Amino acid sequence: MFNPRLRAVIRKEFIQIVRDPRTLVLTFAMPVVQLFLLGYAATNDVRNIDLAVVDRDRTAQSRALVASYQAADYFRVRFDADSEAELRDLVDRGRARAGLIIPPGYGRRIVAGETAGVVFVIDGSDPTVASTALAAAQLTGQAEATELTVERLARRGAAAAAMAGPAIDVRTQVWYNPDLVSAYYMVPALIGLILQFLTIILTATAIVRERERGTIEQLIVTPIRPWELVVGKLTPYVVIAFIDMVEILVAGVLLFGVPINGSLPLLLVLAGLFLVTTLGIGLFISTISSTQQEATITAIFFNLPSIFLSGFFFPLAAMPPFLQLLSYAIPLRYFLIIVRGIVLKGVGAAALWPEIVALTVFAVVIMGAAALRFHKRLD
Amino acid sequence: MTAETVIAVEGLVKRFSAFTAVDGVSFTVGRGEVVGYLGPNGCGKTTTIRILLGLLRPTAGSASVLGFDVQRDAERIRPNVGYMSQRFALYEELTVAENLAFYAGLYGRERHDVAERVGVADRLDMRAGALSGGWRQRLALGIALVHNPPLLFLDEPTSGVDPEARRAFWDIIYDLAAEGTTVFVSTHYMDEAEHCHRLGIMNAGRLLALDAPHVLKATRVAGPAWDVSAEPLLPLLEALGRVEGVANVSLLGDHAHAVTNVGTHDAASLRAALAGVGFGDVVVREAEVTLEDVFTALAGRRV
Repeated sequence: MFNPRLRAVIRKEFIQIVRDPRTLVLTFAMPVVQLFLLGYAATNDVRNIDLAVVDRDRTAQSRALVASYQAADYFRVRFDADSEAELRDLVDRGRARAGLIIPPGYGRRIVAGETAGVVFVIDGSDPTVASTALAAAQLTGQAEATELTVERLARRGAAAAAMAGPAIDVRTQVWYNPDLVSAYYMVPALIGLILQFLTIILTATAIVRERERGTIEQLIVTPIRPWELVVGKLTPYVVIAFIDMVEILVAGVLLFGVPINGSLPLLLVLAGLFLVTTLGIGLFISTISSTQQEATITAIFFNLPSIFLSGFFFPLAAMPPFLQLLSYAIPLRYFLIIVRGIVLKGVGAAALWPEIVALTVFAVVIMGAAALRFHKRLD
Repeated sequence: MTAETVIAVEGLVKRFSAFTAVDGVSFTVGRGEVVGYLGPNGCGKTTTIRILLGLLRPTAGSASVLGFDVQRDAERIRPNVGYMSQRFALYEELTVAENLAFYAGLYGRERHDVAERVGVADRLDMRAGALSGGWRQRLALGIALVHNPPLLFLDEPTSGVDPEARRAFWDIIYDLAAEGTTVFVSTHYMDEAEHCHRLGIMNAGRLLALDAPHVLKATRVAGPAWDVSAEPLLPLLEALGRVEGVANVSLLGDHAHAVTNVGTHDAASLRAALAGVGFGDVVVREAEVTLEDVFTALAGRRV
């Protein structure tokens, strides 16, 4: 490399990283561990909700209804309760998340062609499970009801009407992720999250460490230019971040079968742009912190809300307007759209230009702010 | 002093909100001089050095180093000065050789020849973090010298280092000065201060005097100095302080050290005065005036 000062800083920084094996191991192990945890645990795919049944009817018809709930893999019939009191107890203790109560006379009403009522109880304390259970319970019930109606019509000789089917036939198609696998949605987003966590914390502490140990004073009195110091210190972390990104992509494909539909080079270029913003944030944090501990806490203070305000877990559209507004200040928000767009939808730069512009603006502003605060003086 | 002025400071003031760290300091340093700054911690030594290096902006006054203004042209000063800060700026994870190579690189140099000069050539592969105090000091000096600067700032370079290492360190400094390197060094050690060609006495942000140590001792102290031994020691100090004609008293190891005004006392009259207040068995010897006496006389307090 032509610039000896820049080369000296990069080499020194790499030596320091390599001589700190614990941090190094964490740096490369963290993405896989996170991917594993979030890929499997952070899933909204609710399956096998434990169901308790109170069948006070005990007829062929009631058993058929229970069987239809059993058949849908949303539910798993775990308990056969004798009374509503027992059902309540099971739900209270969290052993069952939902309950189906079939009143006496259900079978008789079905056979008589009347409307028979059942009660479906859902434990609403976990909204994600509850909303899935609610939808699944209604769907399963309606499917069973439609089947019964068709049977009845057939018995009354209205075979033609029954054959004709419902008046409106809505065929749904899910694009990009037809099986609605959470991992497909989470794995690309995880790239953004881990890149951000890693780069912000590592860069913030790496620079503050110089201040804490008093070496920054010695650096300032050398002829090094601020940009050389900054670029030299950040370069190793950019390299690490890219290695981590490839690591996540490979693990995502191998472990979760995430399809990469879009252009990998485009993803790498835009990840580079995103890194400029996160490195800028780390740099800025380093200019306002005087100890590594302070820098770490500030970095966490920024990182945690950005998980929620970026749309990583919860859709932005569901948030109150104030929080939606706040989310525009979170660069991860834009990168998540980019990375999910490229990986899941296979879209190109043309579809992502608003996010690219937003990230560019952010990168310029934060780097400018950090550069203004980063000068070769102590006061 | 040689004709060529390397450092020129005029009316320098530095305030940190309500606290005045440097209060109207003026002096010049010539090429090849070893100039010391003696004073207690917090008297403005480090602040002065930091201003001269362009690390801090002065509140008032002006300073130039190597002919460049420290505020406007700090970047033109930096390639030509070496700096050894109070906290040795070593990277503990790096070896001695890697530390030197890193700083050499920052000055745009591929190689350097300081390892021999500061005596770390046989420890190049040791981690800086594993070095003991004296070796850390040598490495820190090596870092300051890696680009052969004509001007060297040393901020309390030997704090926490044993006397033998301190002597070895000063041998290197003298060699440098003999070759024409200008050295500006702050200290609160008297023996270290004796090594300087000229010595500034600093207290509470003010430069009280700046001259050769022997001139300071001859002109800034009230009169002759005496070593006085008697038991018990602490009441002796008090008694000495009340004797007419005694300018100041200090404790020096196992005996008292006193300075008397010119023409007021000889050994016999001091003994007599002490006998009058109950100290019968007193040994009084004429002593050398110390820099401590100079500081006490100028600052009205001890270092």
